[in-house]
Amino acid sequence: MTLLELQQIKESELAARKKIVLRCCMAAGCMSLDAKGVKKRLEKAVEEAGLQDEVEVVGVGCMKLCCVGPLVQADPDSPLYTNVTAENAPAIIAALKGGKAKLEQADPQSPFFTQQKSIVLANSGRIDPERIESYIAVDGYAALLHALTEHTPKDVIEVIVNSGLRGRGGAGFPTGLKWGTVAKSPGAKKYIVCNADEGDPGAFMDRSVLESDPHCILEGMAIAAYAVGADQGFIYARAEYPLAISRLQNAIKQAKRLGILGSGIFDSPFNFNIDLRIGAGAFVCGEETALMASVEGKRGTPHPRPPFPAEKGLWDCPTLINNVETLANIAPIVRHGAAWFSNIGTEKSKGTKVFALAGKIQNTGLIEVPMGTPLRTIVETMGGGAPDGRTIKAVQTGGPSGGCIPAQYLDTPVDYESLTTLGSIMGSGGMIVMDDSTHMVDVARFFMEFCMDESCGKCIPCRAGTVQMHHLLEKILARKATPRDLAKLEELCDMVKNTSLCGLGQTAPNPVVSTLRFFRNEYEELLLPETNGPPPATHNGSSKTPAATTAI
Amino acid sequence: MHQSTPASAASDKRFKILEAHIKKFQYRHDSLIEMLHKAQELFGYLEDDVLRYVAWQLKLPESRVYGVATFYHFFTLKPQGAHTCVVCTGTACYVKGANKILAAVEEHAHVKAGGTTADNQLSLLTARCIGACGIAPAVVYDNTVTPRQTPESALEQIRKWVTP
Repeated sequence: MTLLELQQIKESELAARKKIVLRCCMAAGCMSLDAKGVKKRLEKAVEEAGLQDEVEVVGVGCMKLCCVGPLVQADPDSPLYTNVTAENAPAIIAALKGGKAKLEQADPQSPFFTQQKSIVLANSGRIDPERIESYIAVDGYAALLHALTEHTPKDVIEVIVNSGLRGRGGAGFPTGLKWGTVAKSPGAKKYIVCNADEGDPGAFMDRSVLESDPHCILEGMAIAAYAVGADQGFIYARAEYPLAISRLQNAIKQAKRLGILGSGIFDSPFNFNIDLRIGAGAFVCGEETALMASVEGKRGTPHPRPPFPAEKGLWDCPTLINNVETLANIAPIVRHGAAWFSNIGTEKSKGTKVFALAGKIQNTGLIEVPMGTPLRTIVETMGGGAPDGRTIKAVQTGGPSGGCIPAQYLDTPVDYESLTTLGSIMGSGGMIVMDDSTHMVDVARFFMEFCMDESCGKCIPCRAGTVQMHHLLEKILARKATPRDLAKLEELCDMVKNTSLCGLGQTAPNPVVSTLRFFRNEYEELLLPETNGPPPATHNGSSKTPAATTAI
Repeated sequence: MHQSTPASAASDKRFKILEAHIKKFQYRHDSLIEMLHKAQELFGYLEDDVLRYVAWQLKLPESRVYGVATFYHFFTLKPQGAHTCVVCTGTACYVKGANKILAAVEEHAHVKAGGTTADNQLSLLTARCIGACGIAPAVVYDNTVTPRQTPESALEQIRKWVTP
């Protein structure tokens, strides 16, 4: 494969494109609503209308507004049809010739779409994820070629450092710094791992990226491998995402066929292969040391750091582990330059962040916004607020490791530091909106049950602590607990947080701590009066906490 | 030296398919999870003989294979019912009432989450999150993701499979 051949593929792909491209969402959400049947019927309707020469029907990745799928849209600019069924197909085709279809539509000019800034999702819903040519037609793999032919590995790392990109898996570690460490680590054999074990319940950004644009992950991994000197990559994907897995397998096969993966890529001395590893349903495997154990075919239990994976990772070799969304940012940064990327976002958090907006909100789906966008813009302007005339009570970010941000803090800008200050975390990007019908103690119990089930059992604070905390939350919810129990719960939170081995245990108390911080009254309302002796002193006065149901 | 093949492996064609798969991955120890996926796909669940066979082929201690098979939620060591119903209990589904759906199915089919009905017709399972949060609450009936479920719609489906 050479530059010329890459351009030829692009040109022939663009030349073959018909005047009107009818895009059908083929991501998991719409697929479960018979998107496949819709696409088939549309193809038939095109033939019936004799428009084969003008119109083509293309299956694309996530078109973002998941709550009203299946979605169909025609290029160039035409209405976005929602809740499409196979029966609607003839009407959609008829509308292409001028008429107006009396079908459910969403406004592509609504804030849900116009407030988005797409880097990671730029190709999502636009290209066919099952064809590498479709990716090449939007300049896919041009960044890899550019990196291999114009840059030294050191240059590539410098670009990533200057871009200010931080890990999108949750902790926000500077990506360039991590790459530099792996590159500097001595060792003939190095690995790169894509963490696609999107375990947080309520998060589906990585699934959408993998389903919609699998090649951008392969390209990001190849650039990373070139930069750090690795020749073997692994993608560790969840078994719960069968569609993402099959599209990745297909993408790897296509890239190998074209010589974009394998030996002597783009006629350079660079060799790189990617293998897919399928998880088997263990949340802890999202933690990097546990993930590596799982890639090696072992029980996914974490081990203490240091040594960090960058020094001693897979099979004791230096290993670079990056999240899906982090890797999806790489090709655009290399293509457009570090300055372009660092102009987006805030001072410390550069670029965009993809959020999976779900829960009690009108517009559920996928959004990508510049870092620093206020929460209110996301949940109210873009998300449309809570349905059924209810009010938003809290927004949960960061999954079981995160916290609940109460409605009075909705003007907080979304960046790593601001969310941490509020006792939550950026996390991987799940954003669950809760309305006034949600009881926060029950939410805390829900997450604690999750952590209890998912604790791998290696270290005692997490294994036993989560069980005890869950027990105490059950007791509070059953109205059988006293203030003494609440104090015990807070004590346990502190202990589990500070003494657990890995991130799972260290962050397991977060949902309790954050709901106690902002919704303490909901806990206290459930307590029995103390019977023996005076109640123990608590850290915060309940008077500070505003009544949650009157928020906003 | 090889031990002798586990007894049941000789006659069952599925073991041949599994062996071919193990060979394809060059008997690598790190392919263990992949092999267990394949074995479960072929046999429906991981019975003792299958685990022994995988251990023997990969030359791994049986304890290691058993340890991995029991660590991951995806693997089951018990036979599954004729149909499966997986209720997603991720956060988005939870705030939209997945618990009520689960409770309704549990009550109707007389089975607890993780169990199989006495007549082996239905296995009721829960998932941490299937990533279908945009169409919550979601339930997976026999591998088909079904959006926006209610206790009523779930029972309608379950009634086709189980008579209380």
